[in-house]
Formats: sequence, C-alpha cells, structure tokens
Amino acid sequence: MTETTRTSRRNFLKGGLIAGGAMAAGPALASGDPAILEVQPWANQLGEGVDARPYGVPSPFENHVRRRNVEWLTADPVSSVNFTPLHELDGVITPNGLCFERHHGGIAEVDPAKYRLMINGLVDRELVFTLDDLKRFPRVNRAYFLECAANSGMEWRGAQLNGCQFTHGMIHNVLYTGVPLKAILAEAGVKTNGKWILPEGADAAAMTRSIPIEKALDDCLVAFAMNGEALRPEQGYPVRLVVPGWEGNMWIKWLRRIEVGDMPWHHREETSKYTDLFADGKARRFTWEMDAKSVITNPSPQAPILHGKGPTVLTGVAWSGRGTIKEVHVTLDGGRNWHQARIDGPSWDKSIHRFYFDFEWDGSPLLLQSRAVDSTGYVQPTKNELRAVRGENSIYHNNGIQTWHVRANGEAENVEIS
Amino acid sequence: MSRSLKIAAAAALLSVFSTAALADGLGLGRPATPEEVAAWDIDVRPDGAGLPEGSGNVFDGEEVYAERCAVCHGDFGEAVGRWPVLAGGQDTLASARPVKTVGSYWPYLSTVWDYVHRAMPFGDAQSLTDDETYALTAYILYLNDLVDDEFELSRDNFTEVVMPNADGFFPDDRAETAVWAKREPCMTDCKPSVEITGRARVLDVTPDDPTSKVRTGAATAEKAVATQADEPAEGAATQVAAAAAPDPELVAAGKSVFRKCQACHAVGDGARHKIGPHLNDIFGRTAGTADGFTKYSADMVKAGEDGLVWNEETLGEFLAKPRDVIKRTKMAFAGLKKDEDVDAIIAYLRAMPE
Repeated sequence: MTETTRTSRRNFLKGGLIAGGAMAAGPALASGDPAILEVQPWANQLGEGVDARPYGVPSPFENHVRRRNVEWLTADPVSSVNFTPLHELDGVITPNGLCFERHHGGIAEVDPAKYRLMINGLVDRELVFTLDDLKRFPRVNRAYFLECAANSGMEWRGAQLNGCQFTHGMIHNVLYTGVPLKAILAEAGVKTNGKWILPEGADAAAMTRSIPIEKALDDCLVAFAMNGEALRPEQGYPVRLVVPGWEGNMWIKWLRRIEVGDMPWHHREETSKYTDLFADGKARRFTWEMDAKSVITNPSPQAPILHGKGPTVLTGVAWSGRGTIKEVHVTLDGGRNWHQARIDGPSWDKSIHRFYFDFEWDGSPLLLQSRAVDSTGYVQPTKNELRAVRGENSIYHNNGIQTWHVRANGEAENVEIS
Repeated sequence: MSRSLKIAAAAALLSVFSTAALADGLGLGRPATPEEVAAWDIDVRPDGAGLPEGSGNVFDGEEVYAERCAVCHGDFGEAVGRWPVLAGGQDTLASARPVKTVGSYWPYLSTVWDYVHRAMPFGDAQSLTDDETYALTAYILYLNDLVDDEFELSRDNFTEVVMPNADGFFPDDRAETAVWAKREPCMTDCKPSVEITGRARVLDVTPDDPTSKVRTGAATAEKAVATQADEPAEGAATQVAAAAAPDPELVAAGKSVFRKCQACHAVGDGARHKIGPHLNDIFGRTAGTADGFTKYSADMVKAGEDGLVWNEETLGEFLAKPRDVIKRTKMAFAGLKKDEDVDAIIAYLRAMPE
C-alpha cells in the first residue's frame, strides 16, 4: 500500500513535470497535438439547443472567475464587501455579475411595482415618481467607474493582501442608462437656498449622504440600467444614484428619496466613516473625488506568468475621478526606468482606461509598477508620498502606486519597495 | 465620438431639456402628501432640524440597550467581535491604533440619533420609538462618560450637547498638499537602487483561492461544473425538502422570514456560529449545547440542563416570545408576532441539512 502510493506519487510528479515542460515548449509529440489529432467530444456530439440557457452564463471553464470576500474584514457578510476579479477581466466594462458588492444591510429586494422616488425639502413642489414616471424622462448613456473610498485601504500600513482582486477590486466600470438628476430636480423646482441634497436608500441601512447641489446639477444620474439591462439587485435595483468620479458610498442604491436642504446633514457615513484620519488625530472630511490611480492586473499574484520567457502581455487599468487618463507609465525594475504604456479602448471621462505594455520577458525577476497621469496633470503618487502627508491611519483614499514582485518562475507577490 | 459630434449631441440634449424646463417641466410625477413626506423624511441634522418631540433618560436607555444592542456592541459599548465599538477610545486618535467611537470621534450627537433611529438594531431597523432613541442616545453618552446617570435627553436640550471631537475635522485640502503639485514624472535613471521593504506573504491573510492559478484544462472544468451544481441555499433546501416533504411554499416563506434572524444566525451548508449559534440540526438539540458555541446566557444553559430540548413545539414558543421561555436570553429579538411566521421558520429550518 505504502510502496504503491509512493511509486504512484513519484510517477505523478514526473508526469506533471513532463506536462509542464510540454506546456512551456509546445506539444512535443512526434505525430502532433492530440487536441488536433483526436476528434474532441464537442466536434462529434451535438450540444445543447437554444433554450437550454435562456439567460446565458459563462462557460464552466470560467467558473473560477468570481467575486470573493475577505472574511476577517467585517463582522458579518450582510454588512460587508466583496471584490471584483480584476485579474480575470479585460477591456473597460465590468460584467454585471462581477461588479463588487458593498452592502450595509444586505441586498434589498425591492418590488418595482412598489418603487417610489420622493423629492422633498427646499423645492417648489414635493413630488413622488414611480419607475414608469422615471422612464418617461429623456435619458442618457454614460460609462463611469465606481470605486469604494476604502479600495486599497488594507494596504496603508504595508503590503497585506496577495492579489489585485483584494488590493484593488472595490471598483467596477459600467455603462449606465438613466435620467440626469438635474432634470428630475427641475421638475420639483429647487429653491434658491437649496445648496445640498440628501439621497437616501430604501434598504435596511437607509443609507444617506450629503452631496452639494453643484454636483447634483452637474453630471449625476438617476440610473435604472447597467450595461444594457436592469440594475442587478446587489447594485440597487430598480434605481440607483450615479455620482461620477466620487466615492462609491455616495452612489445610493435602492434610491427612494432625495431631500434638498441648505446645509450638509453630517450623517454616519460622512463623519464616523469615509473621513480620513491623519497622524495628528485630525480628520479630513468631504473628500469626494477619487484621485487618479492605476494597477497592473496581469501579471499579479493571482495571475502569474505561466508561459516562461518571451513575448509577454502586461495589462492593467487606470482611472481618475477628475477626468480622463492621459498617460500610464510602467516600470519593470521598481521605478528606476519607466515606459509609456499603450492605452487601448475608449477614453471616457471618469471611466476605466485599459493599458498594455507588451514586452519580451527575459525570465529575470521583475518589480512591476504602473503610474497614471490624468487629464488635469495629476501624477499618481507612491504609497510613501501619500503616507508622508496622511500617516497610516487613513483607511480611505489610498491611490498609491502598487508593486508586484515577479520571480523567475513567473509567480508574483504584493511587495513594497524603497 | 468626435469633438464636434459631442457638441452637437450636447446641444440636442440641451434643447430637449430646455423645452422640458419650460413652465412646469414635463408634468411627470405627482405631489407628495404631507403624510408621505413625514413617513420617509426621518433625517436629523446637527442643528436639531428633523428631531421629533420626545425624551429619554440614561436609565431607560440602559434597559433598551441591554435588550437590543449589547449582543453586538457589548455590555459597555466595547463591542463583540468586529462589531463597532461605541465607547472609549478618547486620546487614541493620534496613536498607532486609533479607536474611533461615538465619544472619541463622532463630531455631532445628531448623527447618533439619526443613525440609531434609521438603521438600528441591525436586522430590525426603524423599530425603535422616538423616546427609545432619545434614551439610547443618552445611554451612549453615559457609556462615554459625557453625562451622568441622571441625564435625560430631549429635543429641547439636544443641541446643548457638544461632542468632544466636534473640532476634529477639516475640509478637503488635497489640492494644497505636496502630492497634488503638478510635476514632470521621471522616466529614466530615477533612483540608484531598489530594495524590497515589505511582503504580503509575511502576513499571510489573503483568502485561500482553490480555483485560481491552476488552469489544467479538463480537470478544472469538471471540478468547476461540480461546484456549480452544488450551489448552497436553494439547491440544498430543495433536496432535503423532497425527502422530508414539508410544504415548499412554507419553506420559501420561512426563508424570507429568516432574514430577521440572519444577522446573528447561519443555517445551511457550511453554516458556522455567528453572534448566535448555527441552526443546522437544531431539532433534537438540547438548549445551550451547540458544539463550539460559547456565548450562551446562563439562563439558556440552565434551561438545557433542566431538560429543554428544541423541537417544533418548544422552538415555536421561544420564537414567539423568547423572554417568556428564557428570561435573560442574549437573543436580542422581541419575537415573531404572527403564528404563520413561526410555522414558516420551522418549516425552513426543517428543510435544512441535518
């Protein structure tokens, strides 16, 4: 028994090594690749018919592509967060089912027939809209990123989580369809002393945030569709607020009410939370815009280089809450020398940009970083530059440069460097 | 889109809205009634705007707190597990491990009243009366040594309370900091040498990911299909339901009622203890004996020692009025008022794996 086990394990290891070698060098069989030479089941048998998947799901081979949470972060999954698998995505749009979730009272399952949006406070007419009413306003389509202010928050004191899903996955980028908030507010008629709005959610947390009227009348949307279909329940079905470029907590989901007032409300999520504590014990508040940021998604700890040396595609995402991304720079040697990355795909305002750096890997260890420059000229800082201003207790708004250490075997690790 | 097209589109949009902005707009929506506004407009501001009539004192607050809040926030606001700490932490904000509590960090008392009233207790939001909210707010002040035990909070004296950290905040000044200053980023020979100064591996706190990295083709796909097939929750419930044959509609109703419980209790595949014990194999379990659960009240343990075993009857009584069955149970739940909700929960728990 023991002897057999040992022998078979040795054989297995040997087999594994051969397979590994074959993978790197390409199929070495004299006659050719069995994937070609043998008739595969899908080439021989009929597949499922058109009605087998009335709402399509990804291939089972992609089943590892999942939102994941970090259990120790929060007391309970009902008030918690999970993370977008950035290392498995490409392009600029996040698929609806992979957009990270952050709930404070679980997912509200709102019946659209009972959905109401109330506008009250300092307006000429306090109004109630049904979902059908909202869909009779002229609507627009806009792609925006939503980043949680706490994205990368676990990394303030040093490298902690091994994977861009966990270090940077509190972000998604979605094409919204909705009504400009200013059109709905115009319907109610904002009084001249109306300087702030307080959007409120219908969930068991009844989330509220104070937003200055200038932003409300600028580019905010009352959205009912994402990437062409109704909002997902976990993203606020049937209606959410879109606050382009500003921290995700303000994008109230299950939006039920907007009050207009003459001063901010200083509610829980803008006092005890989402304020940036400095080293001297004072805290910065109302830090709404998300500063320019980028991260290399491949290679990264969850996505090592498996193909060995040779042509290598490095890719990642960059975004800014203040405009578009003008340039992304990539370094392979820990910041001694930088290269221009190639931005490919749409360059929309306050939306994720996709970058690539295609290079010939010589198999030596790498220290990878990316650095975004946005349309205002702002340059993404290093983590230490941020710490010099903010200390290490800030939690929120960490847009520092991320470093991945790629070893000669292609594995990557989250590190910090001098 | 080209720039000129963009401008054209914007102009077109503007013309739509300028038409809409004429006179009374599009005429969409209907007036909100005063009762509707009152029902939803529950927010409170630092200047006291939005506070209803009412009052509550520290003594009454302690009673409500012990019943509804202590199970998560701890008897003295010190918190259980990773639930929020409510008291203490004064003089820690500038330390390496700041403790942000109502007393040490929150700038305005109105925020406490507003939040407790709109979102607490967790899992039973908007169930507190105005007077209970005043009493709880007074008690939280007392826990933070900010008032004495005779204190009563009301709408009249509310704005007189000044929080210790009221001056602890400053507006966004990012544009004035060094990080902001526009600069020409260095591209070549930017530093002489580079050292690794920290590694995530040292901490080893990244969740295990059984599926990533290993992409060996067929083997992974088979595993993937298996994982997809045994999704928890509904799949599991249906399977067992077929064996024990409870009414599927009742089970579904129970799943919905169980939302009241799930802040503290887990059930189903892989359920673990949370604030309360997991409820797999609850039927036939002696009260106060869930394996590995250590947070029972003394009364619950005693009831078990005296022979209380959970069955449909005993559990039904407990769920209807927990404190009638276990006087000082730690379960901060007033009870299910409707018999059909009790039946539904029991059917749901019955449908769970043994």
